[in-house]
Amino acid sequence: MPYNCVVLAKQVPDTAAVTGKAMNDDGTVNRSALPAIFNPEDLNALELALQIKQAHGGTVTIMTMGLPSACDVLREGLYRGADRAILITDRRAAASDTLATSYILNCAIKKLSDVDIILCGRQAIDGDTAQVGPQAAEKLGIPQITYVEELLSLCDRTITVKRNVGAGWEKVRATLPVLLTVMDTANEPRPCGVKRLLKYKKARSQSELAKEGATEAAVQSLKDKNLLIDQWDLDYLDADMQWCGRNGSPTKVNRIQSVVLSASGYKEIAPTDEGLRDMVHELIVDHTIG
Amino acid sequence: MIEVNRNGEVWVFAEQQDGQLSEVPLELLSRGRELADKLSVKLGAVLVGDNASPLVEELSAYGADKVYLVEDPLLGVFQTSSYTRVLCELIEKHKPQIVLYGATAVGRDLAPRVASAMKAGLTADCTDLQIDDFTESRSKVVHKNLLQQIRPAFGGNIIATIVNYDRWPQMATVREGVMPLPERNGTIRAEVVSESIKITPEDLPLEILSRHFEAKKVNLKASRVIVAGGAGVGSKENFKQVWKLANVLGGAPGASRAAVDLGFIESDYQVGQTGTTVRPALYIAVGISGAVQHSAGMSDSAKIVAINSDPDAPIFQVAHYGIVGDLNVVIPKLIKAIRAKS
Ligand SMILES: Cc1cc2nc3c(=O)[nH]c(=O)nc-3n(C[C@H](O)[C@H](O)[C@H](O)COP(=O)(O)OP(=O)(O)OC[C@H]3O[C@@H](n4cnc5c(N)ncnc54)[C@H](O)[C@@H]3O)c2cc1C
Repeated sequence: MPYNCVVLAKQVPDTAAVTGKAMNDDGTVNRSALPAIFNPEDLNALELALQIKQAHGGTVTIMTMGLPSACDVLREGLYRGADRAILITDRRAAASDTLATSYILNCAIKKLSDVDIILCGRQAIDGDTAQVGPQAAEKLGIPQITYVEELLSLCDRTITVKRNVGAGWEKVRATLPVLLTVMDTANEPRPCGVKRLLKYKKARSQSELAKEGATEAAVQSLKDKNLLIDQWDLDYLDADMQWCGRNGSPTKVNRIQSVVLSASGYKEIAPTDEGLRDMVHELIVDHTIG
Repeated sequence: MIEVNRNGEVWVFAEQQDGQLSEVPLELLSRGRELADKLSVKLGAVLVGDNASPLVEELSAYGADKVYLVEDPLLGVFQTSSYTRVLCELIEKHKPQIVLYGATAVGRDLAPRVASAMKAGLTADCTDLQIDDFTESRSKVVHKNLLQQIRPAFGGNIIATIVNYDRWPQMATVREGVMPLPERNGTIRAEVVSESIKITPEDLPLEILSRHFEAKKVNLKASRVIVAGGAGVGSKENFKQVWKLANVLGGAPGASRAAVDLGFIESDYQVGQTGTTVRPALYIAVGISGAVQHSAGMSDSAKIVAINSDPDAPIFQVAHYGIVGDLNVVIPKLIKAIRAKS
């Protein structure tokens, strides 16, 4: 039977790409100099959804909450095989912590009908919290299966997966609907399809079209070609403002300190027999070894 | 959500599996003890399972004043929904001000679900916790004695301190191994508060078909000496030099993620943000550049020796002794020097 999958994806700064260029003179990271990318494990979630669609039929919807520029990850999702893309963007959603974000995503998912499987990456590389998936599942009142490494079977309303539990694994079965968080070890995300890329690179959201000054006719033509990215705001979601943005976020950042790699002044040891002998002697004298 | 209440206890979720406590709740009890003393409140451990009561003694010995015990055959195997139900009921009834969980596969699955149900804040993967005042930047309102939840973010490039002043409890998951394991003190006996919470089939939506646990082959945390090799070691064959140096020092080998990814050694030996956090008496880093994700897991070692051919490698910035040179030359000489002394 066909399944409707929703993939929750996030646009993140590429925290692994901290090279010289992304460093300030004082040794801290210049975040704006980092490229914005599709959160890596969300690609594994998308890949799993696409595999489910290939095997069973159904649809794959990719959804992101973020700035209008997050449309880049939605287009990337379309290039790889998603059927529909939804952007949730609203100034009032700014400064949402994981709890507020999960509330907003839950409102958006409730706007879709007949969702069977929600897939998220295990965690996003900018915060590494792994919280939004489980929190959204709780708000939706459905079970979650975190750390999914393998889909073992999907039959009627029953899904069986293997999940990583740190020191081993567990095979678990659940009745749909369910929310899965997917590990990078689950699969190898497919590359963008060339044909799809040519088609969907024209896909735009309302805010992008407004910025480009598109005419109404142009908007209509995109819509007819199924190239309009849905853009939803908090009013459309009927979201209760007390749970959104700063208001809805119990955690507040008190302080941010940049990790500065400063020379602590180490003792330089010559790579010679004498140099090493002296170091070993010091380590024995101060009871580090021996 | 519970009201801000200054008399609330400090709680630690006592993660256990098949009647065995993992180490992280014990580490949390030691820090929890400090937090509770600072706040002049009691330290509670939440113990959930089937026949879990034999663990009360251990939790007492590691500092718990109270153990909240919930036993039910249906709670024998961890499931997110049933454990969430238990935690939420206990929190609503007893109104702790702080709840701490290990940032383990279980803790990171359970805590966000509890936070969502309680509409409370949660900070993931803390590496430090303190009690301090917080002043709101706009209103200048001062909140006394809040839990300062300190964690790396942004791939380890920043350290953020998070607080949670209006919707309690203040909750955090804490990374394994970052807080030292306390001494056992066998004389105290915690007060046991037994609670019965009815678990219904709806609380058990998953069917656990099979489980497989591998005992960790290595316990890096327990090693006094660690010799860790990185990509610079060059090959699995050459990694034998790392093993040899570790053996000569009576220590254990460790590795950077690059060395693990290159197949030089198994992932159990990985040190760092996504590996084990270690604080041995001596850490020797061989052919490791010293990325923040690596140093996050070893910079608290008492003595750090770095061996690297690149004098500008960041590893030297956390080192006490730096040896600029080819590891293939340095390791044999170092082994010789150690053998000559002992
Ligand atoms: C989200 C995330 C999590 C991560 N978690 C971890 C983690 O837990 N642990 C971890 O280690 N990394 C982690 N990393 C990876 C980390 O960023 C680095 O890529 C990794 O630590 C590099 O390993 P390395 O130092 O062995 O390799 P490299 O950076 O390639 O360094 C090799 C070093 O060897 C030196 N060298 C080469 N030849 C010789 C020689 N003959 N003699 C002496 N020196 C020589 C070189 O000068 C160089 O400094 C993580 C990354 C990300 C993005």
